[in-house]
Order: sequence, then structure tokens, then C-alpha cells
Amino acid sequence: MIDRRLLTNIDWMLACLVLAICLLGILNIYSATTSYKIIGSPFYIKQIYWMTFGIGIALVLCTIDYHLLEDFSFWMYGFILVLLVAVLIFGRRSMGATRWLNLGLFNVQPSELMKLVIIITFARFFNNYHSAGGMSVKDVLPPLGILAVPVILIMKQPDLGTATLVALIAISMMFYVGLRWSTVVSFVLVTIPMFWVGWTYFLHPYQKNRVLDFINPERSRLGSGYHIIQSKIAVGSGGLAGKGFIKGTQTQLRFLPEQHTDFAFSVFAEEWGFVGCLVLIVIYLSLVLWGLNIARRCNDRFGSLLAMGVTAMLFWHIVINMGMVIGMFPVVGVPMPFFSYGGTSMITSMVGIGILQNISMRRFMF
Amino acid sequence: MRQKRFVREIAEMKQRTILLSFVVAVIFFVLLVRLWHLQILSAEDYRNMSENNRLRFVPIAASRGAIMDRNGTVMVSNQPSFSLAVIPQEVKDKDALLDQLSSLLDLDRAELAERWAKSMGRAKYYPIVLASNISRDQVEIIEENRLRLPGVDIEMKPVREYKGGIIASHLLGYISEVSEDDLNSQGFSDYNPGDYVGKNGIERSFESELHGSDGGRQLEVDARGRVLRTISESNPVVGNSVVLTIDSTIQKKAEKAFGEQAGAAVAMDVNSGEILAFVSNPGFDPSLFSGKMPPDIWKSYLEDKRRPLENKALTGQYPPGSTFKIITALAGLENHKIDDDRTTVNCTGSYKVGTSTFKCWNKKGHGTTNLKKSLRESCDVFYYQVGGNVGVDHIAATAKKFMLGASLGIGLKNEKSGLIPTTEWKQKRFGKRWIYGETMPVAIGQGYVLMTPIQLASMISTVANEGTIYRPMLVKRIVDADGKTIKAFTPEKMGSTGISADKFKLIKQGLYAVVNEPGGTGGAARVGEIKIAGKTGTSQVVKLRDSKQGTPYQYRDHALFVAFAPYDNPQIAVAVVVEHGEHGGSAAAPIAGRIIQAWLDSKKPPQKTPMPQSDDDEEEEDGQQTKEDVTVKGTND
Repeated sequence: MIDRRLLTNIDWMLACLVLAICLLGILNIYSATTSYKIIGSPFYIKQIYWMTFGIGIALVLCTIDYHLLEDFSFWMYGFILVLLVAVLIFGRRSMGATRWLNLGLFNVQPSELMKLVIIITFARFFNNYHSAGGMSVKDVLPPLGILAVPVILIMKQPDLGTATLVALIAISMMFYVGLRWSTVVSFVLVTIPMFWVGWTYFLHPYQKNRVLDFINPERSRLGSGYHIIQSKIAVGSGGLAGKGFIKGTQTQLRFLPEQHTDFAFSVFAEEWGFVGCLVLIVIYLSLVLWGLNIARRCNDRFGSLLAMGVTAMLFWHIVINMGMVIGMFPVVGVPMPFFSYGGTSMITSMVGIGILQNISMRRFMF
Repeated sequence: MRQKRFVREIAEMKQRTILLSFVVAVIFFVLLVRLWHLQILSAEDYRNMSENNRLRFVPIAASRGAIMDRNGTVMVSNQPSFSLAVIPQEVKDKDALLDQLSSLLDLDRAELAERWAKSMGRAKYYPIVLASNISRDQVEIIEENRLRLPGVDIEMKPVREYKGGIIASHLLGYISEVSEDDLNSQGFSDYNPGDYVGKNGIERSFESELHGSDGGRQLEVDARGRVLRTISESNPVVGNSVVLTIDSTIQKKAEKAFGEQAGAAVAMDVNSGEILAFVSNPGFDPSLFSGKMPPDIWKSYLEDKRRPLENKALTGQYPPGSTFKIITALAGLENHKIDDDRTTVNCTGSYKVGTSTFKCWNKKGHGTTNLKKSLRESCDVFYYQVGGNVGVDHIAATAKKFMLGASLGIGLKNEKSGLIPTTEWKQKRFGKRWIYGETMPVAIGQGYVLMTPIQLASMISTVANEGTIYRPMLVKRIVDADGKTIKAFTPEKMGSTGISADKFKLIKQGLYAVVNEPGGTGGAARVGEIKIAGKTGTSQVVKLRDSKQGTPYQYRDHALFVAFAPYDNPQIAVAVVVEHGEHGGSAAAPIAGRIIQAWLDSKKPPQKTPMPQSDDDEEEEDGQQTKEDVTVKGTND
């Protein structure tokens, strides 16, 4: 059974920050979907279900010592790779991409699971890796290999957003472990031609369009650039104090694309203004810094790496989503953790929180 | 307890969390700066953009198809009309706006408010029509005050124009705004409140052809409703036009022939079933239904004893009176109760059945009467005798051969079927046995027998062509906007009577005598240069013991006349019913004559022939009977 001491060590800070974002998110989804014709449960109700389910999973995860993950990490990695291959062969097509795998009872998105598994795998890998003084170019090749296989498989689906995230999470962890300056420089030198190769051979036309639209949104006012323009109008027109709850014209007149999922933040920015955004960003920043704090406080290398990986995952989601909504990044389908509507995102993020809580609770146990 | 290794690495890593926290803070700060830039520095620009950022869909109503007569003369088309519309989401103060509009335009405020309330709940930013058919002056006023009336719009819509006014009003029908019930029902998904839909006549029956499909414009407009640009546009598709079988000239002359009298007339092409004239008098003004019906006119329509809103040619069911003797005579011939003109009946002026006495209209009696004479002089006793010999079921069997007692499928709403009684029908309807004495009124087209003017026309047409029943046809073709034929309707033979030509010949000789021989009851139908054959009829509305001068209008008998021409080569069949016209020979026959004259004129257009004035009325009084135990009732609906 669970150690009594663990309960006293529950990380309330972490729990409260996550809960605060979830509640703001539900409120925001309610507003974003009032103009929708809805059959069945409204989105905000479903989001409450997902949140509850996610919290349940996180609680269950807390009871299992995270060190067990170390033993299963490579098995999980292999299993997800098999699923990623399976998705390319048997996957369910939706919106031009094959991301879902039907497992009879439910559909899973193996690429989503890969975000968590790459964290565990890298934590396991670096736990026993000699890296004092920073890794050399030769040192980074094996982990880059471990990373490249799933990233290429995910890009094949094609799911540029998730592939980028998986890579960013992994690279963040490598920075955390330590890199020599020479390694960083050579990394950059190699990446530039790789981008060219990727652009020419791997990117799909719609992805290229998104990148080009990002560089110049006026390129297609009514095409994919439309989303960026409308989102910027929504955010900008919010002003200092916002237009008020359920009063955002961009939202209620449905100028925003996917306003309850990927563009949920622009709904929030329109209706709550800069003040609201400041509050939300402060909460998010606190969450990320607290995650890093957990990584710092953790006394074993695996746990610290794990905490850092989960924090990196949350951080990149937040930054990419926000950057997209305010026109700093191209439109990629990356949700805002705990804030955007969606079960998959909620569960993945909550599993991450479960792991963080797990580590935080056991910081004194050695 | 796990072994602690890589102490140096762990220490380095933990050191890096400080650096990473700093990097994270900086990146979040950058995001905040960007938000500051958007939401504080450029807030006004973006707010303006969001306010201007309003897309609106403005529907463009399709022009409704025209209705033309057989010669391509346009009977119904469109003219532009303006309506006052409002986009509720753009109005800040609804009450103030309504006050302004009602005072500026002199419109009823309550009515505006009601129409506003009724249209709420439709798509956002969709204009609501508050007043249709506003005058050009009102349009000017709105244009002048446009800036003070945000959200108000003027819509131009084509409106129905009925060229002939009340001419053929029942046939053409009318359009009016689609009702709420319609909108909620299937098949109206393409309609919006304020759209017009055919409610009656051809306008209704051919709604799907005439309506066309609406187009629309996707506009970007600013908060004041000013159009910034058109994003996309789809053109409306003009409705198809309907080409009728009606000849508008004949129609007009036929209606004129009725004068103030109430009634119906149908003129039909004997060899195709094409209807050349379709009259129900008096008519109404169809254009009033698509605008605002003036209450006093509406009231006058409802209160007029002559029932102008009723399509009498289609829904009027009249006892056919003596015109039905054609059927009884054929039933006699078919059942060998009459052998050509050698069979005679001695008419003494009355006919006794048990305790009942059935009178002939000619109290002095017709003396020895054969088939031809019986038709010519409309002797009732001859038909009491024949009807009694044949029996009601055999009369009905002959009527069925003419497809009477069932609607003819003319294609308009509410077509009535008339009634041909049988013993079986009476048993079912009243649960009573047929009484022998009830057969006598049936034999002379009274009693339970009912026919519509279309059925009368079909009957006489079938006699004229000696046995073929054509489905009465109102529409010849559907043509598109360019006049290209999309659908052409061909004459349809519904059936054949199976009665031999020689029997028809005997009847036709009698019908010729009705109009052309001395003593004939239909002489008033005569027109100069053409041989007409026909049959008069007078049908009782109520039984009166003493028919005197000054019978109140609603109790006067209906006057009927059925005719065809030319006698040798029949081409046109006409049926005329004059409600409460009293005598078929005097009231209905001249109208039939004029219709035939109009048809003759249409054959040779350049010549102008004067209207025949044949007022040599010959008295006829058939169907006046007295009896104790038999109820003869004539109905007029």
C-alpha cells in the first residue's frame, strides 16, 4: 500500500496550478462553444469528464514508484514504435492524416504516447551515461538515433507538430544532461542542410503552405493565412481588459478556426484581454518553473531527468501554442495543455503531472 | 535504495535548472511582450478590424418564372418591388429604431414589431423583412436617412404582376409570403421568411418550376452595414415559365360574357383535352395577395354572395340538370330501352310513379316524343320513362364510362369528384335502400347527381369526339428563361367509353336540333357562321312549389349549357354554368355562343367580327316537379 508519509508530502503547489488552468480552460471552452450547435453533451461538460478522468489517472500513477518506469522504459519504447508502424499500415484516416489506431475499445494516437515514452526512454538512457563536462558529438549520436526513428515515423503520418514536439522534448533533455559547445555548434551546422532536405522531401504541401503563410500571412488571406490573421485580430481586439465573457465578436461570430481546441487561447485573449493573458501566463510560468524546481530537488538522476522531460513537454506545448495564436509560429496542431479542449491532450498532460507529483512526493525518500 | 552514482553529473544537471528557469522566464517574457504589442499598442487597429470584420450573406431572390397563354402572350410576370429589411444584430436600440421607422415612413409600429418578433431566431446577420412593397417615396426617405438608421436595408425583389388583373385569377392563382408552418415542413428548406410561394392555382401547382433558385452574395461589411467588398457571389437562377393551353383572348371574352353573373365556364379542345378557357366568375385580384390585402376588399370578397374566392370551375359541384339527359339517353340506347328515333313516349305533362307525380316542365305535355325531340325540347317525361326502365345503376354505369363521379386529375388543388349515385352508394352513405322513385330525378340530372364544370366540359367533349376521354390539360409546356422547352405535355387519353359511334350520332343529331331547330331550347347559343350542337340544363337549388317572379337570388335555379362546334367536325367543347341564372337556354346558352364565337375569331385573327347578339330566348323549364315522398334536392356546392 501507499506509504503514509507520501500523503503528507503531496505537492499542493503543483496540484493547485494545474487545477487553476483546468478550470479557466473549462470556462473558456464554455464561451468558445456557445455559438455551436451541439448534439449530445456540450464540450465543456466533456472537458470536465476528461479532466476528472485525467486526475484519476494521475492519482493512480502517484501510488506507483516512478523507479519502476526505468525497468520498463525500453520495452515501452519498442512497443510504441510497433504501434507507430502499425498506424501507418492500419491507421484510421482523419483530416488528411493517419494518426489514430483503433484498438477495439478505443482509439489511440501512438504519436501522442511517444511524447511521454521518449521522456522515460531518455531518462533511462542518460541515467547511466557518462556525461561529465558535457557530451561530445560522438556521445550524442546514440540518443539522436533513439530519437530519429520515432520522429521520422511520426512525420510520415504526417504530423509535423507532434514530431517537432517529440524532438524538442528530447533535445531539451540532452541540454539538461549537458552538451559541449562544440557539440551545439556542429549540431546547428548539421541541422540547416537537414531542414533543406526535410523541406524538399518530407514536408507535405499543406505544411509548406503553413510555413510560408507564417512568414507572410497576407500570402493567402482566405487560405491557411486566414487563421493567423483572424487569431491575431481576436487577440489584438481584446485590448487591455478584454471584451468580456461570451462577448468576443471574433469568437461568437466564429471567425476563429478550431476555437475550442488549438485556438482556445485566442478566445481567452479576446474576452479577457491583456490582464487575463498575464494571469494565465503567470500561472503557466509558475507551473514550468515549479517543474524545474521538482527536477532540481530530486535526488536521483533518473527522477530528475524524468521531471525535466515532463516539464519540457509542458513548456514546449505552451510556447508553441501561444506563439501560434499570436502569430509568432506557424499554425501547427499543438494544443494548450489543460486549457484546450481534447481528451488526448488532457490525458497525456495529466500523466505527466502524475509523474511530476510522483517524483515530488518521493523527494525525501532514500 | 538505489545506488548513487554519477554524482558529478547530477550536480551539473541541478546547476542547469537555474539556467533553464532563466531561459524559460525570458521566453515567457517575450510572449508577454508580443501580447503587449498586440493587445495594448495595436489594440485599436485590431479592434477596428474586428468590428469591420463582419461577413454577411445577402440573398438575391430569383425572379419567378412567367405564365403565358398558348400563343405566348404573357399573363403573369414580375416587376420590381422594394421592401424594408433590418439586420437585428446591427441595431443597438430596437425600440428607438421602430419609432423612427414608423414615423418616417408612416407605417404601423405594432405591425413592424410583430414581423420583427416573428423572424427572430433565424440565422445571424440575416435581414428580416419588416415591410414589403413599400413605395418609391418611402425608399427615398430611407436612403436619405440611411446613416441615422444603422442596420436598416432596402431589398429589391421582383413582384408578381398579373397583366389581366382579375382575368383567369382562379386558374393562375396567387403567391404570398411563405407561412411559418410551410417553413417548418419538408420541401421548404430553401425558403426563408419573407419569400413568396404559390398558394393557389398554377402558381401553386407549378411552384417548383416557377420558383427558380435564389442566389446570394457573401459580403464583407463594416459595423454600420456599409459593404466593403464582395467575397463571393452566386447568381440566382430564374424560374421556368409555364405555357398554358389557355387562349387569353377567349378567356377574356368568356369572362366578359358572364358580366356580373356568378358561374363557371370551361372550353376544351375536343381532340386533345386542352383547356382553352377556364372561367370562374367573379374573379379576384391576385396581386393583392402578394402585397398587403386591403381589409375592405378582403371583407368584400368574403361577404360577396357570389363567392369570388371560390374556383367554381374546379370545385363547384352542381346538379347537371337536363345536360345529364345525354347520359340517360345513352344509357337507354346501351340497354336497348331506346331503339333509335322510333322509340316514343307520350308526354302528357306529368309522370306518375306510385303516389308521386313527376312533372314535365311543359305542363301541356310534349305529346308523342322520340329521342331527338326529347333532347330538342328537353322533355322530362321521356327521361322519367327511360330512366325508370334502365334503372339507376345502369345510368350510373354509363356515367362511369364517361369517367364521371371521379376527379379528372387536372392538376390543381381541391378538384372535386362530383357524384353519380348508385343503389350501393345510397346503402353505404345512408344505410338505406334505393327507392324506385329516386331514379326519376337522377334521369334528369337532379337528385343526388353532381358534376363540376370541368366534368360537364369533359362529358360534352367525349360526346363530340364520339367516345374518347382526354385528361383536361391546362399546361402545354414548361420553358426556361431563354424560351427553350424543358418539358412538353402531350394529350393524354384517359379512356374510351366503348359506346358505338352510331349511338353518339343519334345523340348529336338531337343536340344539333336543340340549337338549330324550331322548338329547340338552346337557340340562344347560335352564332352566325358555325353549326353548334348543345344541351340546356336548369338545375334546382331548392324545391319550390310555385316558381314566381322575384325569387330571392340564392334560391334561383342554376342555368347550364353544354355545347360543341362545329357540328360536322367537332373541335371545341364548352360547358357553362350560371349560378342562379334560372334558365339554361336564356342565361347559359348565349355565353357558350360567345365563347365559341371567340374561338372562331381566334382562328382568323385579323378580321374583327362583331359580337353576336342573339337574344331570341326560348323558354325552358325543366325539372319542376311535385311529389310527396321524394325529396329532390339540388345543391350548389
